[in-house]
Amino acid sequence: MNNLQNGTSIKIDAKEIFYKDLNNFILDSALKGIKKIILNNVFGQRYIASRLYNIPKIEIEVFGTPGNDLGAFNDGHQITVYGNAQDGVGNTMNEGEIIIHGHAGDILGMSARGGKIFVRDYVGYRAALHMKHYKDKKPIIVIGGTAQDFIGEYMAGGIVILLGLGLKKGESHKPNFVGTGMHGGTIYIRGVVNSFQLGKEVGIVELTEEDHKIIEENVKKYANYFNKDVDEILNNDFIKLIPISKRPYGKLYVY
Amino acid sequence: MKSYLLPEFKIIRDDDRCIRCQVCVRQCGFGVHTYDEENDIIISDESKCVGCQRCAVFCPTNALTIMTNPYEYRPNANWRKEFINDVKKQAEGGGVILTGCGNDKPYKIYWDHIVLNASQVTNPSIDPLREPMELRTYLGSKTNQLEMVDGELKTVLTSQVMIETPIIFSALSYGAISFNAQTSLARAASEFGTLFNSGEGGLPKELRKYGKNAIVQCASGRFGVDPEYLNSSAVVEIKIGQGAKPGIGGHLPGEKVSIPVSRTRMIPEGTDALSPAPQHDIYSIEDLSTLIYALKETTNYEKPISVKIAAVHNSAAIASGMVRAGADIIALDGIRGGTGAAPKIIRDNVGIPIELALAAVDERLRKERIRNKCSIIVAGGFRNAGDIIKAIALGADAVYIATAALVAMGCTLCQKCYTGICNWGICTTDPWLSKRINPDIATKRLTNLLRGWSLEIKEMLGGMGINAIESLRGNRHHLRGVGLNKWELDVLGIKGAGE
Repeated sequence: MNNLQNGTSIKIDAKEIFYKDLNNFILDSALKGIKKIILNNVFGQRYIASRLYNIPKIEIEVFGTPGNDLGAFNDGHQITVYGNAQDGVGNTMNEGEIIIHGHAGDILGMSARGGKIFVRDYVGYRAALHMKHYKDKKPIIVIGGTAQDFIGEYMAGGIVILLGLGLKKGESHKPNFVGTGMHGGTIYIRGVVNSFQLGKEVGIVELTEEDHKIIEENVKKYANYFNKDVDEILNNDFIKLIPISKRPYGKLYVY
Repeated sequence: MKSYLLPEFKIIRDDDRCIRCQVCVRQCGFGVHTYDEENDIIISDESKCVGCQRCAVFCPTNALTIMTNPYEYRPNANWRKEFINDVKKQAEGGGVILTGCGNDKPYKIYWDHIVLNASQVTNPSIDPLREPMELRTYLGSKTNQLEMVDGELKTVLTSQVMIETPIIFSALSYGAISFNAQTSLARAASEFGTLFNSGEGGLPKELRKYGKNAIVQCASGRFGVDPEYLNSSAVVEIKIGQGAKPGIGGHLPGEKVSIPVSRTRMIPEGTDALSPAPQHDIYSIEDLSTLIYALKETTNYEKPISVKIAAVHNSAAIASGMVRAGADIIALDGIRGGTGAAPKIIRDNVGIPIELALAAVDERLRKERIRNKCSIIVAGGFRNAGDIIKAIALGADAVYIATAALVAMGCTLCQKCYTGICNWGICTTDPWLSKRINPDIATKRLTNLLRGWSLEIKEMLGGMGINAIESLRGNRHHLRGVGLNKWELDVLGIKGAGE
C-alpha cells in the first residue's frame, strides 16, 4: 500500500484497495499509535472505523465517497468525510463523531445510541431510525438541508436537528411521516413543516429555554464545521416534535 | 363490563388435608388464594387461576388439585371452546389476543412419524458405556478444501465454535426472563461446554464472564448492542425472525423495563422496548450481507455470524441467499417455537413445521454444493433426545432448546409469560418472584437435562453402530417414516418404514 507517515498521522491512497484490507490497515495503524489517518481516493469502501473497538480515539479523514455503513458500531472515533456518504452512516453507533461535508444516504444514524453526526447538506430516507438514548448516552444528529420520508421513525431517544438550509423561503421540508412510531427523543425543525407531514405518534410543543440552548450549542458546532453563519441559522423559528406517548402501542392487546 | 368467560381451571381443595399454612396464598402471584382469618378458611378465586400448578407443588399436604374446568358448551366440531372463549375475550377487550409459549395446536408433529434405525446382525452396535462416543460439534463455515504445503496448513480457517453436545439453549432475552433464569442458563452452558443465547435484550454486565459460551443477538431493536457486547460473545446472531411470530416484531411492555433491564437494554426505565418487524437496514439478501460483514468487521472476523429466521414457505431459497450473504450459521425456528409474548393468531397460524423446513434447507444447500459453508441450528419445540437425533439425521448440526430448558427450571407451559407474572420465577422481572429461581439449583437441573439427553443420544448412536455425531449428520438412511404421505416423505427425503 502506498502510504506516507508523518509523526502520528498517516496518509494512504485507498484507490482499488478492498475494504477488508483498508480496514486492516486502519486497525494496524491505530494499534501502532497513529492518531490521525487520512484516506485519499476512497471509492465505496465499507465499514470505515467499524473495526476500531476498544482502541484509543483516533481521527479519520476521508476524501472521496465512502461505502455503506461508514462508522457502523463506531466506538468513539472522529470521522470527517470530504464528499458524500452512502447508506447506513453511523449505524448502531456507540460514541464518536461523524462529519459529512456533503450529502448522506438512507438510514443515517439508524439505532445509534451515542455520538454525534453532522451532515452539511441533505439526507435520504429514514434518518435517525430507532435511535435511542440511555442516561448520558444521547445521540445527536444535525442535518443542514432537509431529509426524505420517515425521518425519526420508531425513534426512542436522542436529538435530531433539521435546519432546512437551501429550502426557498416558505418552502416546506420534504419528508412525510416524520416521527412515525416515535416513542422517545426530540426532533427540532427549522422552517416549514405541514401537519400532514407528521406521523400520528408525534405532537408539536413549545420550545423551552433548555431547547434553545441545545439548538444553539449544536448549530454552533455545525456552523463551525461547515463555515456557516450561526446567527442567520438561529434567527429563525424552530418547531419541536416529541412523541405523544412513551407507549404508542400499549392498548393493542387483550389478555 | 361483566365478563361472560368461565374460569379456565377448577381448584379443588381437600379441606381435611388443608392445614391453613397459607403457602398457596404466598406462592400465587396472580392472587388466586386469600386467607379469611375470621372464618379460618382459604378462598380461591378460580377466574384468576392460570393452571401453573405452583401452589399444588408447594402445598405441604397435597391438599390442592388444579384441573381444567370441565364445563362444556354444546359440542361443536367447528365452534370449539377455545374459539368461543377467544371471541368473548375480544368482544370484552377489543384487541389482539396475546399469548406465550409455543404453538399448542395439533399440527402434525413429524418427529412422531419418523423412526430410527439400529444395528442387527450385519453390523455391530457400539456400547457407549465402554467405547468413546463423540458428540463434539464445531459450528461455523467450513472451507471447500484444505491446502497443505510441506506438511503445513496453508488454508486460512474461518472461526469455529466448539460445543460438547449438539444442544444449545435458544434465545431467551433478559427482561422477558428473569436475571436468575438467564444466569442459570449461562452457568449451565458454561459448565457443560455448550452455548446459551442472550436473546435480543442485551447481556447483563454480570454475565459477560460467560461470554465464551454466549450467542448474542443483534435484532431489529438493537437493544444493548454496542461493540463491547458484540465482542464479549462466542457467536453473534442476527435475528430476522422467530418461529412463534414470523414476520412481526416484539413489544416488551414498559412495566417489564425495570432499572436493571433498562441498564442492559440501554433504554430509559418504563418505556416500551419496541422491536420493529423488519431490521430496517435489511430489505434484501445484499443488505443482509452488509450487516453480516458489518458485524464481522466490528468483531475483527473472530466470531461466526449466525442468521436466525422463522421457518416459512420459501425457507430453502432464503437459506441459500443467507449462506451466499456470508452467514456462518443458519438458525431455523419452526412453527412450534416458543415466545414470551406473541399475538395468538400469529403463533397458531403462521410458519411451517421445523422438520419440513430443515429437510428442505439441507437438501437445497447440498444440491447447490454450499452446505459446508454454514452450520444449521434448528429450533421449535424439541421435546426429547429422540427429536434431536432425528433432526441431526435430517441435516442439522445442532438443536436450540428453550422451552425444554424452561421446563427443567420449573415452567409448566401455562402460556402467561406476557403478563410479567411468573409463579415459577422464570418469565418475570418482579424481584420477589424472580428469587424463586435459585441459580445453583436451576443450573444443576439444566446440566442434568443436558447430561441425560446427551447420554440418550449416545445410546441411540451406538445402537446404530455410529460412534460420532458427525457420521449421522444428514444421514437420512437411518430414518424411516410411519404414517406419512408420499409428498411428506419426499420433502423429508426419507423412505417409508419397511422400504
